[in-house]
Amino acid sequence: MSECATALAVELLGIRKSYGSLEVLHGISLAAQEGEVISILGSSGSGKSTLLRCINMLEVPNEGTVAIHGETIKIRQKPGQALCPADSAQVNRLRSKAAMVFQSFNLWSHLTILENLVEAPVHVQKRDRKACIAEAEALLERVGIADKRHHYPAHLSGGQQQRAAIARALAMRPSVMLFDEPTSALDPELVGEVLKVMRDLAAEGRTMLIVTHEMAFARDVSSRTVFIHKGIIEEDGPPKEVFSNPRSERFRQFISREETGLR
Amino acid sequence: MPLDFPFLYETLTTLLGGIPLTLQLALLSMVAGTFLAFGLALMRVSGNWWLDCPAQFYIFVFRGTPLLVQVYIIYYGLSQFPSLRHSVLWPFLREAYWCAIIALALNTAAYSAEIIRGGLLSVPAGQVEAARACGMSKLLLFRRIVLPLALRQMLPAYSNEIILMVKSTALASTITLMEITGIAAKLISESYRPVEVFVCAGATYLAINFFVARLFAGIETLMSPERRNLPASTSEKQEECHV
Repeated sequence: MSECATALAVELLGIRKSYGSLEVLHGISLAAQEGEVISILGSSGSGKSTLLRCINMLEVPNEGTVAIHGETIKIRQKPGQALCPADSAQVNRLRSKAAMVFQSFNLWSHLTILENLVEAPVHVQKRDRKACIAEAEALLERVGIADKRHHYPAHLSGGQQQRAAIARALAMRPSVMLFDEPTSALDPELVGEVLKVMRDLAAEGRTMLIVTHEMAFARDVSSRTVFIHKGIIEEDGPPKEVFSNPRSERFRQFISREETGLR
Repeated sequence: MPLDFPFLYETLTTLLGGIPLTLQLALLSMVAGTFLAFGLALMRVSGNWWLDCPAQFYIFVFRGTPLLVQVYIIYYGLSQFPSLRHSVLWPFLREAYWCAIIALALNTAAYSAEIIRGGLLSVPAGQVEAARACGMSKLLLFRRIVLPLALRQMLPAYSNEIILMVKSTALASTITLMEITGIAAKLISESYRPVEVFVCAGATYLAINFFVARLFAGIETLMSPERRNLPASTSEKQEECHV
């Protein structure tokens, strides 16, 4: 186990998470190889976002371990208190390696787009400001919003904001990227531009974990599809297999529901 | 009543002499009060019952009682305690000047604490989460994300509080201080012309607060570039869309 752990970008083992008496994740294990693009599907309330948020400890699991590049995140429990990461420096270091893109973009509204991109590299990773700015400008060029670099987030469309948020994540030079329903808050006509950027990232071999409702994207772009239902993994495999030959009845229902547009 | 311009002019110039003391009282109590308020606000949002509860009680007491009563209690009341009269603080507490500043500061702290707390709570949870997900430490997150966003949000309410404070300094006249209102009261007792004198006093406060309001409007614009008009390139694009 320990030898192969070093090759894994992300390894979740026996993750359980409950809110009060309600258990949302019932012991999920999931490992992402370097370069894998994993789509995590599931109806709302299935626990898929919670699982993703356990990876960077935005949610602290009640049980189980999370390892990023073989480094297990230390968790401690003081009696009578909630679980928390034992070593906040370790968590902060690992968080900057596993960058997250949110459903609601969450760009910092008091900073320009360029400032949003250089904020974490300069202040968290302590990199040279000038170099960070140059790198950020190249990233903005890449996601197609270089002309917006001195604008504030409020001045951008949803699609542009989400592309900026992806560029902000890339600016930290992450080794894993976590996407939490990146297109769910977008108008339908803006979804395409964001998916295109993500498609490019997948093509260059980045390790990505994507919680999504975009079935076509899950099928065409990801190297692996995971279906979560009521806190357990019901399907796990290459999209071709999973979609053409689903073993789980629930996934079959889920596909037909999603494809007819009923959610 | 015919207007007596020479008298008005004389009154106004006399009242101007009270401006430095009024400004001193307002400024010193604001500074001290803001520091205290900041601590109280952090106690309120700490989520720790032992910190939150005393802060809540403090705010309850100082917001719930008249400022004039607080001024009297501090000025007339503290001297009742022999231990205080013999303490190192007595040279300060003996002076009406410091009593007024202490009362004003303690009072404004209660109000400002709630303003600051409101500002801190207004910071969108998503932006805080994004900062955590980037690996920011608590302190860095507070300094770079929470504080700038909270300051912007609380500035309008805070400028209100400062304007109220400038006017509240008038209460210092009740404990012998010769600031604007104190001088006005003296002029009235000499001239028996309360209307002209009070109109002049009111005009003086109005002038001070005009500048305070302008100052804060300026700071607000300076601190919130994202609320200004769109930069040129976007507005051009919008025009294209209309064509």
